[in-house]
Amino acid sequence: MRSVLPVLTVVVAIFGFWYLAVLPMNAHQAVLDAERAGVGVIPAEASARRDLSGFTLLARNFDVVTAGVWTQERPILPAPHQVAVELWDTTVEKKITSKRSLVFHGWITLSATLLGFAIGTGLGILLAVGIVHNRAMDLSVMPWAIASQTIPILAIAPMIIVVLNSVGLQGLVPKAIISAYLSFFPVVVGMVKGLRSPDAMQLDLLRTYNASKSETFWKLRLPASMPYLFASLKIGIAASLIGAIVGELPTGAVRGLGARMLTGSYYGQTIQIWSALLAAAIVAATLVGIIALIQRMTLKRMGLA
Amino acid sequence: MGASTAVISADALDLTFQTADGPVHALSNVSLDIQSGEFVSFIGPSGCGKTTFLRCVAGLEHPTGGALSVNGMTPDEARRNRAYGYVFQAAGLYPWRTIGGNIRLPLEIMGYSKSDQEDRVKNVLELVDLKGFEKKYPWQLSGGMQQRASIARALAFDADILLMDEPFGALDEIVRDHLNEQLLALWSRTEKTIGFVTHSIPEAVYLSTKIVVMSPRPGRIHEVIESPLPKERPLDIRDTPEFIEVAHQVRDGLRAGHIDE
Repeated sequence: MRSVLPVLTVVVAIFGFWYLAVLPMNAHQAVLDAERAGVGVIPAEASARRDLSGFTLLARNFDVVTAGVWTQERPILPAPHQVAVELWDTTVEKKITSKRSLVFHGWITLSATLLGFAIGTGLGILLAVGIVHNRAMDLSVMPWAIASQTIPILAIAPMIIVVLNSVGLQGLVPKAIISAYLSFFPVVVGMVKGLRSPDAMQLDLLRTYNASKSETFWKLRLPASMPYLFASLKIGIAASLIGAIVGELPTGAVRGLGARMLTGSYYGQTIQIWSALLAAAIVAATLVGIIALIQRMTLKRMGLA
Repeated sequence: MGASTAVISADALDLTFQTADGPVHALSNVSLDIQSGEFVSFIGPSGCGKTTFLRCVAGLEHPTGGALSVNGMTPDEARRNRAYGYVFQAAGLYPWRTIGGNIRLPLEIMGYSKSDQEDRVKNVLELVDLKGFEKKYPWQLSGGMQQRASIARALAFDADILLMDEPFGALDEIVRDHLNEQLLALWSRTEKTIGFVTHSIPEAVYLSTKIVVMSPRPGRIHEVIESPLPKERPLDIRDTPEFIEVAHQVRDGLRAGHIDE
């Protein structure tokens, strides 16, 4: 409970900054709107205003700007309350089957995220097990895994979509694969570290019992890697969500949070973009929170927390 | 002492490690017989090869020369036959297993039945005086108790040989005295053959029937001292002239081992 005050302070500071930023950002539009409504503005000519900064316009037309920046239809930076209203309208007020429901779009993205996360985690764990147990894999897989992550996902995502489309895969699976592409990496890195975390003494102990490799894995390496795995899963699930959203962008998808951002940018619907962004952030925070909860329960049951 | 009755028998053992800084001669011409039921301590400065010798017996290191047999087998065969329990310098209990679960670890690997496991865990916990701690996690126990649990783990599958590598090295003097006393009681009850590496002269003299004094570079046996002390040893035996005499002998041996360098 003691953390409430610092957290609230930060939230208030962020919203305060956001509201303040709205003033100069939307000043040009507010002045233009006022001019069209017949209110006198300084300077009066649009061409003279073009080169002025938002701050200058704000200073010269303080009353006009402070009155006009909060309710614009296509603001450069929507005010928090505009985003909140949009979020409310597109979640609670819409049926979830509606094409305008963020819950509907959120679920499309979430399902690809979860499938991709499952594939990525499974693949990551398998690769890590191989790397730890097989010297050839140790030397060969890691450089490729690292190289795969140096390619911008925005460059490779369209390729994956196109290639998979040509073999008849569309919709969920290609997006899930892009998610998996992003999420397997932290799992590999964390699991390799975790599976190698037992020290020489603990490995010697099992040798004195003449334990097999698989017994060493199940009884020592795997349980020892759990704290590392969960740290990786938290990064992995957030990366999965990014992958799913990015997977929706290059296809001109019409469904999903990425599609909402894309159509929002086509039509200058900044409020829609921001509400999709915020929805994605909420989904990501929730997913990471769920993993943290599972982590706490698992480690507690293992006597590690 | 015929080699036929020896449980552990080393003949002209040599071990050279190849390291980045060139070869390290860890053991040179080490010959030693350990009879069944003996308590043998290995003492010497660091680098004298005492731990390395114990690890050779356990099949964790492989000599580059000479012959070594454990229970009449090669060390690797003996390891596969689970001929010994090994206690390391650190307790090394798995933090995700309870004390009982840690002691069950070798039993699970060796395929003991569930009910047999339960009985054995109970027995060894009593043996090391940790009754009632089965369900506790390692972090809930003191360092001395953790080390006792690790001894219980080494005893659980009832190997005839117990190899201990400075098991009490990290513990304070008072706890160490107490554990030494308990270890002697345990030894006389179980009649195991014990190989014990230590840095401490009083510990070596108090515990052992035979004290192997080693010297470094290359690691070799300087002197083997048979202890004249009786098997029954209360803690205050350490104030008797016999005890002090043996301790002197060990100290002289250690000093001489250093001088020959």
